[in-house]
Amino acid sequence: MERIYIFTRFERFWHWAQVLLVIGMMITGFEIHGTYHLLGFAKAHQIHGVAAWALIVLWIFAIFWHFVTGEWRQYIPTMKNVDVMLKYYVLGIFRGERHPFKVTRRQKHNPLQAQAYLMVKVLINPLLWISGLIYLYYNELAALGHHFDLATIALAHTIGAFMMLAFFIAHVYLITTGDTVGAQLKAMITGWEQSEEKNAG
Amino acid sequence: MIFSIFDRLTTTCSIGSLLAALLFAGTACASEPPPVRLDSTADHAKYKELQQNFASGPELTQVCLSCHTEAAKQVHRTKHWTWDFLNPENRQRLGKKNVINNFCISVPSNYAFCTSCHVGYGWKDASFDFSAEENVDCLVCHDTTGTYRKLPGMAGHPPYKDVEIPPGSGKIAKAVDLSRVAQKVGKTSRDTCGACHFFGGGGDGVKHGDMDSSLASPDKDVDVHMDATGLDFTCGTCHKTASHDVPGSRYTPVGKDKDGAHMRGKEDKSNPATCQSCHGLNPHKEGGMATKLNHHTDKIACQTCHIPAIARGGVATKMSWDWSTAGRLTPDGKPMIKKDDKGRVIYDSKKGDFALGENVIPEYAWFNGKVSYTLLSDKIENTDGVTHINKLGGSATDGESLIWPMKVFRGAQPFDAVNKTLVTPHTAGNDDTAYWKNFGWEKAIETGMKVAGADFSGKVGFIKTDMSWPITHMVAPKEKALGCNECHTKGGRLDKIEGIHIPGRDANSLVNLIGWLIAGATLAAVSLHGLIRILRRPR
Repeated sequence: MERIYIFTRFERFWHWAQVLLVIGMMITGFEIHGTYHLLGFAKAHQIHGVAAWALIVLWIFAIFWHFVTGEWRQYIPTMKNVDVMLKYYVLGIFRGERHPFKVTRRQKHNPLQAQAYLMVKVLINPLLWISGLIYLYYNELAALGHHFDLATIALAHTIGAFMMLAFFIAHVYLITTGDTVGAQLKAMITGWEQSEEKNAG
Repeated sequence: MIFSIFDRLTTTCSIGSLLAALLFAGTACASEPPPVRLDSTADHAKYKELQQNFASGPELTQVCLSCHTEAAKQVHRTKHWTWDFLNPENRQRLGKKNVINNFCISVPSNYAFCTSCHVGYGWKDASFDFSAEENVDCLVCHDTTGTYRKLPGMAGHPPYKDVEIPPGSGKIAKAVDLSRVAQKVGKTSRDTCGACHFFGGGGDGVKHGDMDSSLASPDKDVDVHMDATGLDFTCGTCHKTASHDVPGSRYTPVGKDKDGAHMRGKEDKSNPATCQSCHGLNPHKEGGMATKLNHHTDKIACQTCHIPAIARGGVATKMSWDWSTAGRLTPDGKPMIKKDDKGRVIYDSKKGDFALGENVIPEYAWFNGKVSYTLLSDKIENTDGVTHINKLGGSATDGESLIWPMKVFRGAQPFDAVNKTLVTPHTAGNDDTAYWKNFGWEKAIETGMKVAGADFSGKVGFIKTDMSWPITHMVAPKEKALGCNECHTKGGRLDKIEGIHIPGRDANSLVNLIGWLIAGATLAAVSLHGLIRILRRPR
């Protein structure tokens, strides 16, 4: 039995605050998009706006934290062991094989996971943020001489939202593929990764 | 009440005497000047010239003009007098005497009836002398007694002796006391403007939908500005008039006011009757949601959100009028009237079928202030389709338009089936051809077209028409303005508005399809993956 403290208090706060905000923004966002009626456009719009600012503030802290702690290195993409991971997800997991990746303080995420999170950070989030801010400040930007087509901005924002939704679904499922179904969830709640001795992948 | 007494009576009373006045209400300080009307420097009751009996309106007008020497000349220059207007933009000759609508249709040949709403005396036929100063009716706008009225069929004259109207009805209209009305003249009021404008189209609230007798003394919910116990605006508060020329005409309205609030001392020739001329271009208080609302003002007319429905004062407005069913008589050959369960006329042999509505949600359209009419001289292209009595210009892209609320009045009316033009039927009159007496279209139209100076083939048909009335009155209090949800949804109020992206209404269907496919495929893939894991779990 081995216990490693992998998620610090700030990381866990960051993660769960993001969970709340992102779910809230997806629910309200798709209502603003016109997918369904739940809260009404006005309420949905209001919550979406407040949540957006909360998330921006959270992100400013998170970026600062990543650079100060050097944790940004966790997301440096690598192809090493990607094949091993893929093989595990496609075959090994069904055969009851051990998870090939061993969590360490230096490498908290398996190479596929790291790549997925990197995509969220450098593609999905910026797409949502940039289009969202232009959407929010459409009129102010127009007053400054920057004319955007609202339908195009909305389109970009919607594409980002769908990507986030797909990530969300995959992410919620894939965290059940740890040593036990609840191991990764538990780690994100307590901070501690608990694993049996195993061969490093 | 008490304070208004003080306003009039005291400016220099001490606190003690104020208290005394409070205790003995109505008692003024002994040193105070006697009560005077503070809204005018002249008390017309004191003019010797007005302390006499007048036999007719023109006789009185001559007395008015002996002091107000330029008044008639000013009135002569206005549409209220000429009923004639040349649209400078498209050179169409408009004005009441020229346009054709889908209510009572047209003025020519019906002068004596229609001109009960003319600011003059004696316009009974086309020979009326428009240059006669004594023919100007001062009282119809400046009466403050509420006793002055002009009756249809009298060519703009009030009754000088008691008359039965309509003849044979047993209803007596009392003679107007011209001397009394003249001695009490004052500024125009909701009542004086309303005497005609509330009753356009032949009855209370019929024509506009946003103007009816409920505006004579409205509460705040009906009109936040005219609220009789609040701001108490008159029509003239917004339609700020100089030289008798009332601004804010429907022939050349302002679609998008870019000039903002008027300021004293700054020369401003823009229409003073727009919302923006007082409220400016950023009417909502800055900050948060209000800023977002201000951002709507480049696309949405104030009226669209702030007039959530028309005919809100308890008076129904006419929504459609089908002339083609007019002329049905009872078995013994008498005209008939049918009413709905609320007692409102929905069929009249003289006029046909009506539909009425209260609290009507307007239709919406881009509008840039440019209006073109289908006139008597215009050929009707498609006699099976709907002919637009007026066409409103505007689009999402012309930079001059806002989305406006409209009352769209629909109907069917007679036209010349051979020449393919609108017609001007002779409806009102006690003669051999008037439709309302004889119920024969051919003769009525022949007479009317002769007076209008137009050709008539003799063949009558009916065409569908519509007419758009941009809505601007009956502004609700801000709490009752439309919320976001009314438009930011599918099937909302602006569902049919083109050329603009409305969040909540519009979405790219291809992106939606691909997006949901990807999300769905992800969900299916993880579900399948999980299912296999469960099935293969070692037991």
